Amino acid sequence: MITLFLPLAILISVLLFFNRNKKVNYTLVVSYGILLWLFTIYQFNCPNQLELGFFKSDSLGVLLLVTLSIVAIPALFHGYRYIATHDESRKSRALFFSAMTLLLTATGVAYLSNHIAVTWIFVEITTLSASILIYHHRNAQALEGAWKYVFICAISITFVFIGILFLSLSLKQAGIDDLSFDALQKNYAQLNPFWLKLAFLFIFTGFTAKLGLVPMYTAGIDAKDKAPAPAGALFSSILMNLGFISIYRIYAIVAHTEIRDWANTIILIAAVLSIFVATVYMTRIKNIKRMFAYSGIEHMGLVMLGLAAGGIGVYAAILHVILHAFVKPSLFFQFTQVYRVYHSKSIYDVGNYFKYNRAGAIVLLLGFISATAMPPSGLFVSEFMIFQSLFEAHRVVILFIVLILLTMIIWGFGSNIFKLLFTPPLEIDESRIPKINPWESFSQYALLALAIYIAYNPPIIFVQMIQDAVNLLPH
Amino acid sequence: MTDILLITFAMTLLYIGIANRLTTYIRILVFQGFLLFGVTFLALSQINVANLVFILLETIIFKALAVPIFLNYVIKKNGITRVAEPFIPNFISLIIITLILVITIILSSSIHDTHLDKTFFIVALSTLFTGLYIISTRRKIITHVMGYLVIENGVFILSLAVGNEMPMLVNLGIMLDIFASVFILGVFFNKIGDVLKDPDVNQLRDLKD
Repeated sequence: MITLFLPLAILISVLLFFNRNKKVNYTLVVSYGILLWLFTIYQFNCPNQLELGFFKSDSLGVLLLVTLSIVAIPALFHGYRYIATHDESRKSRALFFSAMTLLLTATGVAYLSNHIAVTWIFVEITTLSASILIYHHRNAQALEGAWKYVFICAISITFVFIGILFLSLSLKQAGIDDLSFDALQKNYAQLNPFWLKLAFLFIFTGFTAKLGLVPMYTAGIDAKDKAPAPAGALFSSILMNLGFISIYRIYAIVAHTEIRDWANTIILIAAVLSIFVATVYMTRIKNIKRMFAYSGIEHMGLVMLGLAAGGIGVYAAILHVILHAFVKPSLFFQFTQVYRVYHSKSIYDVGNYFKYNRAGAIVLLLGFISATAMPPSGLFVSEFMIFQSLFEAHRVVILFIVLILLTMIIWGFGSNIFKLLFTPPLEIDESRIPKINPWESFSQYALLALAIYIAYNPPIIFVQMIQDAVNLLPH
Repeated sequence: MTDILLITFAMTLLYIGIANRLTTYIRILVFQGFLLFGVTFLALSQINVANLVFILLETIIFKALAVPIFLNYVIKKNGITRVAEPFIPNFISLIIITLILVITIILSSSIHDTHLDKTFFIVALSTLFTGLYIISTRRKIITHVMGYLVIENGVFILSLAVGNEMPMLVNLGIMLDIFASVFILGVFFNKIGDVLKDPDVNQLRDLKD
């Protein structure tokens, strides 16, 4: 099916790129959505099938692929709303949708990759398509964001490549030359621990650019800020999940060997530092969109804490990335409407949003409750399990520090969101505020509700699939 | 013979640390391209001819000719001043790069692995760190790009160290090289030149919190 999906999806991207007609553009994007869903359903129904020797529809890959397909529909819809309200030229519209579909395709296929070099290639394609989206507005600031993103991603992709080279050195002694994840899983006992350590260090550092962890998180923040919000939503959900799945697959190999504790220490350091950085920025940040981006850094820090703590934490980590991928895009989608009302991202220029767009204001309120993991948010369930696993792993000091930092994040996030929702702005010309159709907030409600539903009443197949993914690690 | 070439390569790193003018940087990159050609030719004799020709083309045509010509063109077109403008004196740079070399030698002498050619390993790692150092201590965007190209050269040497067994990885490395360089240089550097005159990282400081 990949042999069919990949060429067709790339063909649609190319056609979107060259097409200038509005109706053809609609048709192509809709047919892309249908194609993506057909592909997802097919992969869902054929578990653990090896395709082309490089792709395997294992549980984790399929789970994230389904997540991607669910987020893709509102992302494309809001992409249209964005283009329609911004008076875009035909050329920029063509480029926008071409890059968007290419990003979705590359990310989706990378989830299913069973070979580290193949993952690497598709990650590079996501950098290419993402940078086009960041540079959408073609001004100096967008250029700065795109330049930083490209440069840091280029360095991190080089790091991943160095990691792959070290991985191949660690294989040499065992006499294996197959770099697929399955082969590595099977032969973990023969890997040379020294080279494996170096390989893990470089690959982990490289993929933090996509995941959004210390040390390479900086590029992602500027990217989410400067890209149009529908693209920012994709960066902060499916692209972060791509970083997660890549690190998870390499960690699943390392976890079988003697260096697991060492790797856990590395992950813990990166995770705690990420939450710390997110706290520092979120308590003093004035740009709403960047605040959402930093909130993503905090969540990925939590996910990595769960992964390093082990036990139930691994289950919680996978649940957390999926739920986060529903919650964060809804905030970004809603942000386009906030911007249409105030024409500013700064917290100083906004306020009293309840008065101007009630449906959207409730989305922001629910999104805030969800993103800070207060009950009934779905993230509450997964975060609770992560804390439980930290407690069971006797990491009480780390747990204590993280809980204090999270409290500060809730304060910072809350003071900005409540200013936006309730405090009247200083100067605003009410006659210029557009009327916003409440139905534009529908997809956000649906995503937030989905995040709550699957956390509290998960379907059996969903639990089973997460459990399959957890089983990649030793118990 | 490969050792001599690789040691010469390590010496170019010291030279790039004290170079003052952008043209010197470009000349060093050209020279490094030719050195890499020599190393590849001598080190990878066991793989098939088509692959070898591909790798040689990449080192000579791409690294030693196309990229430097393009860099020259960009400098001329945007009227970038000729001085590299480092943040710290060249003498200290020289000491730091020497330290990088010494530390990688000490590090690698602690590794016991018969499958690894240590000269490759030392030169590759020190090239990598020198590239990172250049990126972090130079002011112009174009010197950042050059630092990145130095890192790419280091990665290329590292991939040669495992190349005889896994030619696939060398090809992948070349793909990275061409893709990333073309991407960074072609698309963005041209654009930055159009939007900002005499690009300096200080002009890229708008995005902050």
